[in-house]
Amino acid sequence: MEKTQQINTMIKLETGIPGFDFISQGGLPMGRTTLIAGTSGSAKTVFATQFLAEGIVRFDDSVVFVTFEESPKDIRKNMIGFGWDIQKWEDEGKWTFVDVSPEPGMETLESGSYDLGALLARIEHAINKVNAKRLSMDSIGAIFSQITDSSIVRSELFRIVFALKELGVTAILTAERTQEYGDIARYGVEEFVTDNVIVVRNVLEQEKRRRTIEILKFRGTMHQKGEYPFTIIPGEGIIIIPLSAIELKQKSSILRISSGNAEMDKMCGGGFFRDSIILVSGATGNGKTLMVTEFINGGAKNDERCLLFAFEESREQLLRNASGWGVDYEKLEEENKLKIVAVYPEVAGLEDHLIIMKKEIDKFKPTRVAIDSLSALERVSSIRGFREFVIGLTSFVKHKEVVGLFTATTPTLLGGTSVTEAHISTITDSIILLRYVEMFGEMHRGITVLKMRGSMHDKDIREYTIDGAGMHIGKPFRNISGILSGNPMISAASEVDRIKDLF
Amino acid sequence: MGKYTLKLYVTGQTPRSQRAIANLKEICAKEIENKWELMVIDVLENPQLAENEKIIATPTLVKELPAPIRRIIGDLSDQEKVLLGLDLFPNEKNRSSKGE
Repeated sequence: MEKTQQINTMIKLETGIPGFDFISQGGLPMGRTTLIAGTSGSAKTVFATQFLAEGIVRFDDSVVFVTFEESPKDIRKNMIGFGWDIQKWEDEGKWTFVDVSPEPGMETLESGSYDLGALLARIEHAINKVNAKRLSMDSIGAIFSQITDSSIVRSELFRIVFALKELGVTAILTAERTQEYGDIARYGVEEFVTDNVIVVRNVLEQEKRRRTIEILKFRGTMHQKGEYPFTIIPGEGIIIIPLSAIELKQKSSILRISSGNAEMDKMCGGGFFRDSIILVSGATGNGKTLMVTEFINGGAKNDERCLLFAFEESREQLLRNASGWGVDYEKLEEENKLKIVAVYPEVAGLEDHLIIMKKEIDKFKPTRVAIDSLSALERVSSIRGFREFVIGLTSFVKHKEVVGLFTATTPTLLGGTSVTEAHISTITDSIILLRYVEMFGEMHRGITVLKMRGSMHDKDIREYTIDGAGMHIGKPFRNISGILSGNPMISAASEVDRIKDLF
Repeated sequence: MGKYTLKLYVTGQTPRSQRAIANLKEICAKEIENKWELMVIDVLENPQLAENEKIIATPTLVKELPAPIRRIIGDLSDQEKVLLGLDLFPNEKNRSSKGE
């Protein structure tokens, strides 16, 4: 009876680690031991500690930390930066250490047969003392250097894992790996806790470090598959970004808002949708930042709040540019209608940028978000990481029912597409192209709405000009073809009329 | 030489525990005669003592005095290791008796 119940419904324990309960579909298997395997520096200890810390903070559980490697003193010191005051929890009787860390200078001789009965007795004692629900053992490899006979360690670990199961404690056991893709763990540790295995990675990808977590197996229960990026934030700990697990459930609005430019609104069939993502693609100096400025100004006029993430220009440059078009960013900021976040892309990894941006959006609660430019962020990441970032960001923005205007820089002056576009064009609702058009030795500018989900839009490529009052969209280029491919061909006006009459 | 203070940590009354106690008593009787005192600690009854002393394996023999503190794990069936741990050097008589 009890057995069938276990098979059908493996109960999970909510860990409280942000994102983890989502990818694990509920948390760690309750009353079981889960192996966390990772190379050195892959955040195993942080995960093991956070599992306990969240248990205390969120669920008022009592916990036990069995340390094989670092001394309790070091752990207390290292983890205070995450806001986890272990000493305080120890004083409150919530946290108990079982200290198995090696003592320097302590010489141990072996004479005859032995087992790890004392360790098991200590762990059981610690659990019973505080009635612990959660336990972490970190990291198992270190005990193999204290006890030379590894077959004894293996069989004794099996005994410990079994005892934990009997006591109904949900536990984490961390183990080292020698390489990111290869054997699960050293010393064949995975063989005695094979039911549940999680791998954390810290991969060097095109000179950038990228952290991921993967649930390799949870016996008898479901979980999300594949690697999920995560980041470590001071004061908070591990935050897992469940990208591909994001559900497409955001609402869709038919409400339109102004782009800040009346002619642009007309081209889009009446303005942008309330919760859409608009990508503006163009070569350098083509008016992308101007479109952002008009977008913000249009929002401010309508008493909306805008959040501007600038990754290419400093705050001062942005203020100067905007004032050149008659928009006073400083005043808008005073009125609390605008917030400018200007940072260099290089200051953080993309995962961190995503977390920071999400926080800013949550804090400021804007109705419009502009990013100038998205392409700048490409520099600090691999292609895959960038794609995940864009998906994570757009789905978050849409979820908040905020309209997002992102810019992308094309590498060539005439025609061409950027990598950014290739990655995100399917995710965005609208794409606006800004292109240079070479005509009789002169540079003209062309604008077109390539795509506008759920709405009719102008299919023309129109000429536009930029002056001190902003962007002015004019007539379509009637007698030119091949603008988008970067090879404009001018045909005689009569030919255009003749083709027009044919249909 | 001063008196030996020895602590032997064991788990319950297992054959291995008994063996360790017997082996230790035999060695002590032979090598240090009356200059030793032994305390046997069952970690199942006193887990906190094991915690304080950071005992992992059982049986563990801790030589607290004379300094330096030394630990020997196992059922103490390897006499030479035990003597080494106790800073005793087996005399000729003992070595030949071991070989019998």
